[in-house]
Amino acid sequence: MQRALSIDPGKCTGCLQCELACSFEHTGLFNPSRSVIRVFTFHEEGRFVPYTCTQCAEAWCLQSCPVDAISINADTGAKEVNEATCVGCKVCTIACPFGTINYSQATGKVVKCDLCGGDPQCVEACPTDAIVYVDADQTGLERMRQWAARTDAAATA
Amino acid sequence: MHHLVVGAGPAGVTACETLRQLDPSAHITLLCGESGEPYGRMAIPYYLVGNIDEAGTRLRKRPGYWESLRISLRHDRVAALAPDDDRVTLESGETLDFDRLLIATGAHPVSPAISGIDLPGVVHCWTLEDARAIAERAAEGSDVVLMGAGFIGCIILESLVKRGVKLTVIEQGPRMVPRMLDAVAGGMLQAHCESQGVRVLTRTRAEAITEAEGRLTVATSQGEIAADLVIVATGVRSNTGFLDCSGVECDQGVLVDEQLQSSRAGVFAAGDVAQGPDLLSGSRQVHAIQPTAVEHGRIAAHNMVGQGARYPGSLNMNILDTLGLVSVSFGNWEGGDAHHALVLDNRDAGRYLKLVFDEQDRLRGAIAVGHTEKVGVLRGLIQSRRPLHGWRERLQRDPTRLAEAFVAMPLAQAVKA
Repeated sequence: MQRALSIDPGKCTGCLQCELACSFEHTGLFNPSRSVIRVFTFHEEGRFVPYTCTQCAEAWCLQSCPVDAISINADTGAKEVNEATCVGCKVCTIACPFGTINYSQATGKVVKCDLCGGDPQCVEACPTDAIVYVDADQTGLERMRQWAARTDAAATA
Repeated sequence: MHHLVVGAGPAGVTACETLRQLDPSAHITLLCGESGEPYGRMAIPYYLVGNIDEAGTRLRKRPGYWESLRISLRHDRVAALAPDDDRVTLESGETLDFDRLLIATGAHPVSPAISGIDLPGVVHCWTLEDARAIAERAAEGSDVVLMGAGFIGCIILESLVKRGVKLTVIEQGPRMVPRMLDAVAGGMLQAHCESQGVRVLTRTRAEAITEAEGRLTVATSQGEIAADLVIVATGVRSNTGFLDCSGVECDQGVLVDEQLQSSRAGVFAAGDVAQGPDLLSGSRQVHAIQPTAVEHGRIAAHNMVGQGARYPGSLNMNILDTLGLVSVSFGNWEGGDAHHALVLDNRDAGRYLKLVFDEQDRLRGAIAVGHTEKVGVLRGLIQSRRPLHGWRERLQRDPTRLAEAFVAMPLAQAVKA
């Protein structure tokens, strides 16, 4: 059964533990600027929204990669960047309409959420269950994918 | 059912893969016009720097990949498409019948009509073979003239500098990458290049190239420049020559409809050779970029197997990393008076952002220099065609809050589960 990140902004307190955990898992550093999950702060509404890749079905990043550096992890369904193959051309960073794959100055490659191989550390770190890792069917993933499809310059086959 | 796909760039390859997914029993032939494995031109700059070898440029890396998908990969080119039969003649003389044809033949570089353009040492930078020639000649300390500061010129600029050559760039237009960047952004790019030791001459036309004792001289409207190597990157044109008299209507490229079908039933086109719908204007444009190529290839394949898929249109966009300065542009960024454009001009700090809105407050274009974080949302914002009423004021105060504007859109509610 495939699982996905389910994010409930209503439960987010803006503590940023997820960003710390994410950056530590991926870089060994507690450096939120290296995190691939980002908590947006809407001061006007007093709201926090954790935001990261949804592993969308369209896989804009994967599709646009000119060197086959992004592939789907058969176990988790995550679209993963193969660092050894990525040349750092950044085409995926403009192709992804969600802005959730980004260039890392530090590595010269692009980085995105890889679901930590099936044990997402943002989920582990979240003290309020604003981010949980659940059966993909329960996440509203479908609704999200439908939204993505509306912006999709792609097949409505 | 025999699907013939002509051209093994990103459009052709994506089409073949999609065809195989949709029709497990179809016969699929992929014609590759260059020798070797299908590769991505986007990877050439990284090959020139030496970050990757030739295998690293391949579009698909798994050994036995084409066989595993039962895609028959052949090395040949189409000489002509028969006007009345579903048949092509190959350059080898052989003929091939097809049920559906995808033209994904890409483009070829064009040269200015000046004397000396055919001299040895004057090369294009388009194919892997061109790249090999450049790698051979662009030695450290050599004098290199790059003719053309368009997207292709600029994408190889960095690799030339990293090879240690003494580089002069000449561009006819008033600024670098004039079709991708406005005057401010183009000026920033030029100043940045100059600060890294690159000589940049805009509004400069090459008039002739001569050779004496193994050295080249480029005569320009600004005087003569000596060179060991001249790289011509003055533009490309769609490969449609073999379609003369075929009944396939062409303009700048093969004219295709929302199904990516040409004026001739059963004949489709995708990628740099296709002149298809533009998302914003609805008119038909050639958008010679990687993301459009793969989208075209995918949609065309759906329609080739009869699964009606409609393409809303492509969005022009590009990203350049020039010696550390990253610039991006999306959509229709030209024009935009004070009422319709938000500009954050911090050019001295290497940052610039221009957002252009239409009459309904929808984002229609953007340029960003020195901003790389979440730039993809610019595409999302343009492509969603949603008015940003509530956000205009906030963006006015701080245009960098784009990603938040995007997250605040209905997507955010969808994320909420």
